[in-house]
Amino acid sequence: MQKSIDVYAYLRHEKKFPLIWCAGCGNGIILGSIIRAVDGLGLDKNLVSMVSGIGCSGRTSTYVDFNTLHTTHGRALAFATGVKFGRPELTTLVVMGDGDCLSIGGNHFIHAARRNIDMTAFIFNNNIYGMTGGQVSPTTPEGMIASTASYGNREPNFDACKLAVAAGASFVARGTTYEADSLDEIIALAIQNKGFSVVEVMTPCPTIYGRYNRLGNAVKMLRMQLEDTVTVEEAAGMSPEELKDKVVTGVFHDAPRPELCEEYELVIETALKK
Amino acid sequence: MEAKLLMGNEACCEGALAVGVDFFGGYPITPSNEIGEIMSRRLPKVGGRFIQMEDEIGSMACIVGASIAGRKTMTATSGPGFSLMQENLGFAAMAEAPCVIVNVMRGGPSTGMPTLPSQGDVQQARWGTHGDHPIIALTPSTVREVFDLTVTSVNFAEKYRTPVVLLMDEVIGHLREKVVLPQKESVEVVNRAKPTCPPEWYRPFEDNKSGVPLMAPFGEGYRYHVTGLTHDEMGFPTTKKDEVDALNQRLHRKIRQGFEEIMIHESFLMEDATTAIVTYGCVVRSAKTAVLEMRQEGKKVGLIKLTTLWPFPRIAFENLSDQVEEIFVPEMNMGQLYREVVRVNHGKRVVRKISKVDGEMISPEDIMRAIKREGGSGAKVY
Ligand SMILES: Cc1ncc(C[n+]2csc(CCOP(=O)(O)OP(=O)(O)O)c2C)c(N)n1
Ligand code: SF4
Repeated sequence: MQKSIDVYAYLRHEKKFPLIWCAGCGNGIILGSIIRAVDGLGLDKNLVSMVSGIGCSGRTSTYVDFNTLHTTHGRALAFATGVKFGRPELTTLVVMGDGDCLSIGGNHFIHAARRNIDMTAFIFNNNIYGMTGGQVSPTTPEGMIASTASYGNREPNFDACKLAVAAGASFVARGTTYEADSLDEIIALAIQNKGFSVVEVMTPCPTIYGRYNRLGNAVKMLRMQLEDTVTVEEAAGMSPEELKDKVVTGVFHDAPRPELCEEYELVIETALKK
Repeated sequence: MEAKLLMGNEACCEGALAVGVDFFGGYPITPSNEIGEIMSRRLPKVGGRFIQMEDEIGSMACIVGASIAGRKTMTATSGPGFSLMQENLGFAAMAEAPCVIVNVMRGGPSTGMPTLPSQGDVQQARWGTHGDHPIIALTPSTVREVFDLTVTSVNFAEKYRTPVVLLMDEVIGHLREKVVLPQKESVEVVNRAKPTCPPEWYRPFEDNKSGVPLMAPFGEGYRYHVTGLTHDEMGFPTTKKDEVDALNQRLHRKIRQGFEEIMIHESFLMEDATTAIVTYGCVVRSAKTAVLEMRQEGKKVGLIKLTTLWPFPRIAFENLSDQVEEIFVPEMNMGQLYREVVRVNHGKRVVRKISKVDGEMISPEDIMRAIKREGGSGAKVY
């Protein structure tokens, strides 16, 4: 059950609303979940930093009352590495689009995962480049239409969660905007993990992805999330055939291991002895 | 302090540590490698932090992030890496994040000549990132000066809230000289001005007399927004023309107001000179020898050493006597600063370039030969 909290206490009121997101965009639902998770964990806003990239998703940081840094396209994780490594007491949340994180920012993504630096990386996956008007993304499923794939996308897409696990992230999960309740919980777990956590959230972009692919309005796209989604537990009993067009949600990987900032304390200790 | 034999790159680290740099993010590249290596060993001993990033895009991003989190930050690179840093260097200018980028210049273009010197990145230091941003770039010509200018670079970065480029050439980076470094206590240390008001009063990009807003580090109670988008004084994106103009004007004004202090230059035997050599970096060393030798021959030659390259130190020329009829600008590029010298002399004197791009340092003989060959011919007047 969603507990009712004062979401407004986490939002910036001055001049910042209405937001730039389209009516029906899923990004606001994710923002709500992030706020509820932070509230549930009782984190001090002064010690929370949100770093974001460029895209519709990147604008998330503008609206929340944390220490917010809106960076350059693809580089949010590298900026966040500086913030976190520079001031480890900050809880660091990183918001990126799918193109932002997995295309232009792919290198930073795998290296942040490898280092297991303590931060939570959110991939707002709308399967397309929203901000620039609907170009194909490394997450656009094969066969789908984008403004630069008018004849149907013929490139295979990334599974961001598998990539994250392979690169070394210590907590990896996927949620959807339809299931906001469980998203709140997943996010809370991700933030609590002392290491690099990845939360991929499937979010509808009715304005562009929906329109190009005739997926219907925002409500219909949300419903589709329900229909197309199976949980990790359900997926375990399904054949590859059955899983073909399904999106699997839940926690895929939760395996704490040494974290970068803590490991650096050992570097300091060794250095002081020499 | 006793004299030590130090390499330019080592002196850079000594300067950085003396002035309180406590965060270094970088990626290896010749001929700057020693800087990252030394910082990786020294920083953890003094409460600082070192991280080797996945590339130079990440290095630049990470030192800006750490700067906003309250650290004094630096990176070091060379041409190809400097190219990759440009986008986030622009971000640092826009977000007013103090940081220092050391570029030990090697031969270009492209991968060029990793182990050979050049001064090919002078204009890139000015205009490498897009948009009409201000920048400060300094360039040393001795090992001791590497120490001093690293200190000055960090201090300018903190005072003006701007990225500062320390442009070294490979000759200076790898030169070993006997130097006496100042006592740590006598090194001037400037720290960014922080707000003291209650957080709800804080306007993170508010103008003031200096044009440099007070800077709160993340995590100390002042929650605010930083963006590379054009922003208002609260840090939020704006396209309102009065707010856009105010930001752009202020970014330039804050540096302009410091011109007097920022435009560092020195004169050597200029009192009675009729011919001036204007140069910077390692070429200053050859130019000094050339001046002394030509003076032996009775030629009235002097030297103007440009320590600051950007903003271009035009004040070095403003009070130049009318006696000076000719200026020679030796550079290890095709004339990148020569054009600036032409510009600020407004056609008052003949300006000639001496370019060398063969991977070797310009020698005193190169300079003397050019002056003897072309000097006094008066042919090219600008
Ligand atoms: C270096 C650079 N290249 C390109 C762009 C243009 N650009 C802005 S947002 C964007 C992609 C947005 O897509 P995504 O990351 O999926 O985020 P969304 O807008 O869908 O949330 C691009 C290519 C840019 N800002 N910077
Ligand atoms: S374009 Fe798509 S992703 Fe961007 S705000 Fe609109 S609905 Fe959301």
